[in-house]
Amino acid sequence: MKYNVLQYLEESCMRFPEKIAFEDENEAITYSKTVEYAKKIASYVLSLKNYKPNAAVAILIDRNIDSIVSFFGVVYAGGFYVPIDLNMPKERVDLILESVKPIAIIDSRIKSGDYDNSKSYIDLLNNYTVCDDLLQKVRNNMIDEDPLYAIFTSGSTGVPKGVLISHRSVIDLLDAFNEAFHFENDSVFCNQALFDFDVSVKDVYNSIYCGGKVVVAPKKLFMSPKLLVEFLVKKEINTMIWAVSALKIISDFAALDAVDELPKLRYSMFSGEVMPPKSLMYWKKHFPNTKFVNLYGPTEITCNCTYYIVDRDFSPEEKIPAGKPFTNTRIKLIDESGKLITEAGQLGEICVSGRCLALGYWSDFEKTEKSFPKDPFVNGYSSRMYKTGDLGQYDDDGNIVFSSRKDHQIKHMGHRIELGEIEAALNSIPFVTTAVCIYIEAKETILCFYQADEECKKEIIRELGLKLPKYMWPNSFVKKEALPLNKNGKIDRIMLKKEWEAENG
Amino acid sequence: MDKLNEILEDIRPDIDFDSAESLVDGNILDSFDIITLVSRINEELGIEISVDELIPENFNSKKAMEKLIEKYQ
Repeated sequence: MKYNVLQYLEESCMRFPEKIAFEDENEAITYSKTVEYAKKIASYVLSLKNYKPNAAVAILIDRNIDSIVSFFGVVYAGGFYVPIDLNMPKERVDLILESVKPIAIIDSRIKSGDYDNSKSYIDLLNNYTVCDDLLQKVRNNMIDEDPLYAIFTSGSTGVPKGVLISHRSVIDLLDAFNEAFHFENDSVFCNQALFDFDVSVKDVYNSIYCGGKVVVAPKKLFMSPKLLVEFLVKKEINTMIWAVSALKIISDFAALDAVDELPKLRYSMFSGEVMPPKSLMYWKKHFPNTKFVNLYGPTEITCNCTYYIVDRDFSPEEKIPAGKPFTNTRIKLIDESGKLITEAGQLGEICVSGRCLALGYWSDFEKTEKSFPKDPFVNGYSSRMYKTGDLGQYDDDGNIVFSSRKDHQIKHMGHRIELGEIEAALNSIPFVTTAVCIYIEAKETILCFYQADEECKKEIIRELGLKLPKYMWPNSFVKKEALPLNKNGKIDRIMLKKEWEAENG
Repeated sequence: MDKLNEILEDIRPDIDFDSAESLVDGNILDSFDIITLVSRINEELGIEISVDELIPENFNSKKAMEKLIEKYQ
């Protein structure tokens, strides 16, 4: 039984030392070089004066293989990595760094980057000496419950929250995935999601599990659907684990009809948002022999807890089921009164238990206790469950079907966003009196209703640009003289939505 | 091209499109901006920009976008 994800990397390295493990726009790296390079980074981390086991190392990521190698470097050093997208506003990057207090920061773009020289970056170009003895000592002390990574997601209070995931959870996820899908060592995964988004965890770790290859797709291709499909063909991609919004770019522009050749896809898996049946059916028509898989699950349960292999056609008004649990997971639907739902058609909160659960939220015991309470349906020993905040129901085949959220969290352009975080940023702008956001799912639009002395959309965007990543900016702004209140004295979001839909269709 | 101005202003009010160049190559507009922009141009101008035209060169400046739209009008 595995206890450390590095065992997969090393096993694949033993079997295929000279095989390309990772490839980006500019370079490719073999399994043996990945291990060698990662150990060099680890040796440096170990030499730091402030080194301690299980400490955080922040990695300023880009769509490059240096980011991936850095992840492994941190793990070799007995630490856990925190991937941070440098395209986020500096204020947000600093918020995460302040919260994590990493012992070091690795800038995967140091070759060209010059980001804030006051911090202690590890220069990836330096040739650190590997201390094998020390690395072995560190390994001997590691256990499967050690943290592997922390991914920061949107937080409803205005501050991003870090979800801490252990080696154990990822190992179990890989076992469950490979039991369900049997990835072969000729698998070529096309990485679509940036590495601060846990969709990418499945590319990197499934690939080292089976001895496959990950090809990182250049960001710019996602504006050119035809070139993107041609890229999939050229790189001989056979496995895609993508966010729904990325697959939709290709179907929305009918790019599969515009190319001479299609990739030889074995798997096309999607997650992150609800997949519109129309888009899925477009894909399915072009790939009759490909397995399409709907994956469901929030970051807190280590990527995905249920899956559904699409085995029939869906009409536009149907919902594609989230499916049934992976083998490492138990799912319960619990209604408002706390009762377990067993019958089809009844709505309840999707609650997840099993070894897939995160260790908790970084440095937030209270939130961890609240979101990961004791499982009330398990007697005799302590077992936690994660309350997803997602509402779902069983269909007649026992599949879980996602219905809606209990709160104001949304899935937008492949990202999980708390509207509360956008509102907190908006309400911190001095010239905005009050602001609220609502989401129009059918139009994939975040609307901002605000009160201010004068029209100030440009100024608001300028201020938001300092605080929030672009995918969190509202798509449309409506200035209101007054915001309607409901009978509880709160801003009436339902009324705002109705008014807007009446005007805009 | 008032409609294009309106759409651009709506999607990215923080950018001065009259003077900005290298919008895509300089990472000022990202892929989701372009996809949103094309969807709205198609919908609101009643045209259908070919998937072959969705390349950075056609979106690096407002002038390039205007030239692209002219082809369809």
